[in-house]
This record gives sequence, C-alpha cells and structure tokens, in this order.
Amino acid sequence: MAVVVILVLVAVGSVLFHLLSPWWWTPIASNWNYIDDTLIITFWITGVVFVAVVLFMAYCVLRFRHRPGNRAAYEPENRKLEGWLAGGTTLGVAAMLTPGLFVWHQFVTVPDGAAEVEVVGQQWLWSFRLPGADGKLGTSETRDITPENSLGLNRNDAAALDDVVIEGGELHLEVGKPVKMLLRSVDVLHDFYVPEFRAKMDMVPGMVTYFWLTPTRTGTFEVLCAELCGTGHPQMRGTVIVNSAADYQAWLSQQQTFSQLQAKAGTKETAQAGNAAPAQ
Amino acid sequence: MVDIRHGTGEQIGPAEVEDVELYHPHSWWTRYVFSQDAKIIAVQYASTAIAIGMVALVLSWLMRLQLGFPGAFAFIDAERYYQFITMHGMIMVIYLLTALFLGGFGNYLIPLMLGARDMVFPYANMLSYWLYLLAVLVLVASFFAPGGPTGAGWTLYPPQAVLSGTPGGKDWGIILMLSSLILFVIGFTMGGLNYVVTVLQGRTRGMTLMRMPLTVWGIFTATVMALLAFPALFVACVMMLFDRVLGTSFFMPAIVEMGEQLQHGGGSPILFQHLFWFFGHPEVYIVALPAFGIVSDLISTHARKNIFGYRMMVWAIVIIGALSFIVWAHHMYVSGMNPYFGFFFATTTLIIAVPTAIKVYNWVLTLWRGDIHLTLPMLFALAFIVTFVNGGLTGLFLGNVVVDVPLSDTMFVVAHFHMVMGVAPILVIFGAIYHWYPKVTGRMLNEAMGQLHFWVTFVGAYLIFFPMHYLGLIGMPRRYYEMGEAAFVPASAHTLNEFITIMALIVGAAQVVFLFNLIWSIRHGREAGGNPWRATTLEWQTPETPPRHGNWKELPVVYRWAYDYSVPGAAEDFIPQNQPGSAGLASEEAS
Repeated sequence: MAVVVILVLVAVGSVLFHLLSPWWWTPIASNWNYIDDTLIITFWITGVVFVAVVLFMAYCVLRFRHRPGNRAAYEPENRKLEGWLAGGTTLGVAAMLTPGLFVWHQFVTVPDGAAEVEVVGQQWLWSFRLPGADGKLGTSETRDITPENSLGLNRNDAAALDDVVIEGGELHLEVGKPVKMLLRSVDVLHDFYVPEFRAKMDMVPGMVTYFWLTPTRTGTFEVLCAELCGTGHPQMRGTVIVNSAADYQAWLSQQQTFSQLQAKAGTKETAQAGNAAPAQ
Repeated sequence: MVDIRHGTGEQIGPAEVEDVELYHPHSWWTRYVFSQDAKIIAVQYASTAIAIGMVALVLSWLMRLQLGFPGAFAFIDAERYYQFITMHGMIMVIYLLTALFLGGFGNYLIPLMLGARDMVFPYANMLSYWLYLLAVLVLVASFFAPGGPTGAGWTLYPPQAVLSGTPGGKDWGIILMLSSLILFVIGFTMGGLNYVVTVLQGRTRGMTLMRMPLTVWGIFTATVMALLAFPALFVACVMMLFDRVLGTSFFMPAIVEMGEQLQHGGGSPILFQHLFWFFGHPEVYIVALPAFGIVSDLISTHARKNIFGYRMMVWAIVIIGALSFIVWAHHMYVSGMNPYFGFFFATTTLIIAVPTAIKVYNWVLTLWRGDIHLTLPMLFALAFIVTFVNGGLTGLFLGNVVVDVPLSDTMFVVAHFHMVMGVAPILVIFGAIYHWYPKVTGRMLNEAMGQLHFWVTFVGAYLIFFPMHYLGLIGMPRRYYEMGEAAFVPASAHTLNEFITIMALIVGAAQVVFLFNLIWSIRHGREAGGNPWRATTLEWQTPETPPRHGNWKELPVVYRWAYDYSVPGAAEDFIPQNQPGSAGLASEEAS
C-alpha cells in the first residue's frame, strides 16, 4: 500500500512543486518569448501524460495487487487499443514539434538589416567587436593574433581598421534593434549565454557561428560561458548592457577603433609587449 | 496472424547440429579466474562494474559536496572538481552501465534463456572480460598518474581536452582515458560478437526469435547497436590520441592558447562531436534497451500476467534501435553546426518518442488486470517506469530543437539524463539483481535490507533529480565548479542545492546496504530453490541451481512463448517454456 501512496504523492507532488516552487525562469529580455511559449506547451502536454501514467499505475497496484485467490487476466494483445494509444501519442508529439519547428525557422532566419556584433571567446574572457563607420566587420584570422592584435584582425583590410574593439569589457546593445551575434573562439569551445536572452550558441575555434535576437528591454545582464572550457569556465563572465538609442550612441562614441588601438600599442611597443595576453 | 504463443511438438524439428563438448576446466584457476563459462564471466563483469561503480558513487558525493557547500572542502579545487565529474560520468556510462547490462546480464542470461550450453565462442568471451578489466585498470591508473585524470567532461570535447587549461590535458590523464576507451571497445567487440552469434545460432530447438524473452531481445538489439556505434568512438579516440601525442590536427584548428600560437591547423572540433554522438546517442539506448527488456520480464513475472503486446514490444525495440542512429545531432543543436540540421534531427528525435511511449503503455497495461506481487523486483520495476517516464518526457523538451536552446548546457540537461539513463536503468539493474540473484547463488537476497534499499533509493533519487530540472530552468549552467554571484540565481536556489547534496549522500549510503546484502546473502540468505518466482523462462528450469558448467543435462526443447502466465484452464499460474503440448489451453480461444 505504501507504493500506492508514494505513486500518488509523486504525481501530485510533482505538479504542486511545479506550480508552487519559487524556481522559474528569469524574466525574458529578448524577442524569444516564442521559445518560452513552446516550452509552456511542452510542460502541459508532458505533465498530463506523466500524471496520467503514474496515477494509472497507482490505481493498478491498488486494484490488482495480489490477494489470495486472485488470478491475472490473459490478454496477449489488443490491436485496437494499441492503435489508439500510438495514434494519440503521435498527435501529442506533433502538437509539440510543429510549433517548435516554426519557432526554429524564425531562430535560424536572421532578419535583413540586423546589426552585426562579433563576440570572441578565449580562456577565460570575452571580447567584442562592432563594425565601424562602414557598417562592415573586417576579416580576421586566428594566425594573425599577436599581443597587440588580440582578435587577429586583418591590418590590410580597410573594413577592419575602423572596427570598434572591446577587449574584456562590456558589450552594449540597442534596445529594439535586431542583432546578429557572430561568435568566434581563438582557443577552445565556449558558449555565449545570457539567460535573459534565452538564445545561446557555441563558439568553435576555426569557424564563425551565429544567432540573432532583438533585445526588448533595457538593463544589465550577465554573460556566462555555457560550454566547458577548462578550469576557469565558471569565472568566464561578462556583461551585456541594453541601452536606449541615445545611451547606446553615447557609449559607442567613446569606444576605440582597431586603428586607434594599434596606434596606441605602437607607441609603447618597445616598452612592454605582451600585456594584452590573457590572464592565466 | 501467426500464433507466437504456443505450438505442438511436431512443429519442432530435430537438432541441426550435434551437442558440442565444452572446454572443461582442469583447475581452480581455469574454473573461477580464467574461466570460459559465461556465467562466471558474467559475475566477473558484474563485480568489476559494481566495484568501479562505487568509485563513481564516491566521486558523485565529492562533486555534490562542492555544489551544495561551495568552498567548504578545501581539497575540492576546480581542477579536482572537473576530474571528479569527468570520471563519474565516464565510469557510469561506459564502465558500469554498458559493462553490467551487456557483459553482466548478457553473459548470464543469453545462454540460459535460449537453452544454450554457453556462448558460442567461450574463449573470446573470456578475453572480452580480461580486456575490460585492463581498460578499468588503465582508467584507475589515471588517478595516480602525474596531473591526475582528465577533467575534460565525459564528452572529452577537443580542443580543450588536449590543452593545458584542462586538468590532464597536457599530462597523462587524457592519454590514459583514450587508451582505456580503446581497450574497452576492443574487449566489448569480442563479447558483443559472441552475444549476437549466440542469439542467432545458439538457440535451442523450438526457441524461435519471436519466442525469445524480451530481456534477450533488448540485450541482442543493444549489442548489435553497440557493434555499429562503438567504432565511431574508437576512431574518435584514436584520432584525438594522435592529435595529443603525434601533433596531428584531426580536431585541432589554428589555436592561440594563452597568447601562444600552437602548431595545429585545419582540424574540426565539430567532427569529434559528430563522431562522439554517433556513438553517444545509440549508447543511451545501448543502456536503455536491455533495461526495457529486463523490466518487461520483471513486470510480467511478478504481475503473473503475459507481457501486453509482445510483438509490438519486439518491434518497438528494433525500431528504437534503428532510429537511434539518426538522432545523434540533437546533442549538438547549439554546437555551431549548420542550424538547418535542427529540423531533421528534431523530427527524428520526436518520432522516437512514439515507439518508446508504446513500450510504457504496454508495461502499465501489463499491470492492468494482473495479480501484482509487490516483490522487490516489482517495486524496482514500478520505480523504473516512474523515473523513465519522467526522464523520457523531459527528453521531449530537449529534443524539440528550439526548446533545447535555453535549456542546453544547464542543470536541466543534467537532471534529464540522470533521470532517464542514470536512475531508471540502475533501478532496473537493482530489480534484476534481486530477481536473478537466487539463480546465481541459490539464495534469496534479504528482504528487509532490500526494502530499505528500495525506498531510500527511489524516493531519494526522485527528490534529487526532479527539483534539479528547475535549477536549469532558472538558467543555472552545468559543469560550474561554483555558481558564485549571479543576479538571475535566487538565494533559494542555493538552499535547493544543499538539499540535493544531502539527499545524494543519503541515497549513496543506501547503496552500502545493498552491497552488504549482496555479500551477506551468499551465506545467510534464505534457500531459493530452482524457481522461486514461479517464472516461465528457461533459466529457471535448469536441473541445478546455481546452474553448473554447460547449464543443462539434456538441452531443453521450447514449446511456447515466454509469457504463459495465468493461462485460463491451466493448473498453475505459469507454464514453463519447455513444457510440451497444449496443457492448460483447452478453454482458450485460438487467435
């Protein structure tokens, strides 16, 4: 009998825990509330199935537990019942998959005119790069990375010279503006993860990955690394600040371009090379 | 429709080959140590797996201590923490679950359940175990090697797995890990070929494929899958070993490590992930399918009722096995692979839910109108259904590509896979041990200790892993040595982490009771007799318990399917598979 009680407690307790516990997702700050919606649908469908199966088991144990003289029924197959159950399951699965695939289509379709921002991961800090006045990110190459050029930008590419480079600092984004995050790593796998944005993507050395989002509210959000990248993994934090248009422009005007940074590095090149190397 | 349930004597042809004489051991060494008897090899596999599993259990305690009480234990630094989680995961998935289900239960049950005298290649079977033991020893050696074991996470993703930012990356850890896996795959292949050939060629007369117990179907299908999937792991390990030792660049692009340009270039880290998960996803089912099979037999036997929808169950196992080879990239939705793959892999992944759900329905429908004996194997089977359904349903979150995006790499994933391929299969292992221990030793396991073990393990494990999903929902990432300060993590989440740690310590301690029971009952358990559960399958019909070398005096002949429980009109509520004629079927309608 204890089994029946525990089974009922598991079913009811899990639902109550879901509804009453204080642990829920952090308020969203991007356009990906579709993801949250799909997740809610999934919670409902799977929750109903879980409760139904566990309560049915509890009923079976209560009703058909062994008592002297009992004998089980003999029913090897029941094609009709099996057919209905398989059909119902297929419907439930389709009800979760269909909205999921629609939202995924949005997720992989970057809107025209999305601003580009590059995030560069290395053990264990974040750097960022914004296109300069030309609106284009210049080319880069891991082989070109030096202490003075920590993102490996192409000095011979005019598009790169005016790029805004933020080493280990904060990234600012403009609220309401779609942005395509281009992700690059110079050493191991990382993953650019801001819980409030919902979206995340791995950064893989040797290739450029991406995702897009539209920040929907201003505020300061934490960037975490979500792909194990060595012992410093949990310390690899950063900050994204979503600004209003005016605040964003004010911030942007204070940032330095690649060529400005190069000029500065050139003046003290002889004094100390290598200070731009990441901390161990 | 073909009747799978029973036939008459005349359908069974004469033996096609003569009974072959087995190799007979001449000494204690060849009888118990370098044994070619599948039953001894099974016990060797199981003992080794449980022993290394205890190491994994202690590692899980250590990592939980750090997560529940960050910084309270000075010796658990970040390096050690990552070494603990890596070794815990690898041991549990490969060296415990795979080895115990296939090497342990496979070896013991396949010949006995099919009415064979032994595996068809006993010598290769023996080598399989010794290579497995060697693989375990190499793995254990990494704890004592300079720099300690690898801390790359059980997925061993390059480049970090072979770089200096990861424990063991530039020391011996990763080399020993990869070597151990290579040895494991070689050893497993010897055993696996054996299981497959034995199932296909070693069945006794009358044991058609569609009369095999689902336990054998599960182990057989899992073994076929493992033979196809492990080669991917094998080549991935060899290639990474070359990258690490010889300086090749299979998985290594141009890299600047801590400000220094490395010599590598041109390789692809994602290639490793494809190879790893081409093995890794079937691996989930390599563990799950034997559990599915075994739990079907436990439920049927202890509910005294035929398994509901046997043929559907067989096809579900085969279909799941086949589909599991085209879902691997659902582990890589946010890996940076072409995002359009997401459409394909989300669809295949959710399709696999249908045959899986059918299996669940058939288990609970077997309970319906049964005669449920709440024995320990039945309790563990019920607990398996609860945890498997829970973990399977959260798989629908993670398999549905867009829902996976916020949840991947968070504690939700940790909770999901522990529920579905940690807790659930291990509950089946426990149920199976309580079920078959009487056959292996001739004695029952102690009931009181078993009850304590069951309740603490089931309730405790659920309390550990169910709330853990919600930590992931908050956004707490996995594989964090310490969460530290984060605005989106409320203080109450840390309290929850403390609770989970305390539960983990308690559940772990309950396993000591189980271990004690295993040893104590060898001498002090109640005498079991040959067929204590009144079961139909052949292993319970052996002339001796425990069965001696060669299993049978005269090979049994099979006349019916494995599930003739509570047949109307029969005197007993079970009819063994080797009982001839249509005894007890007088009143039954022909279907």
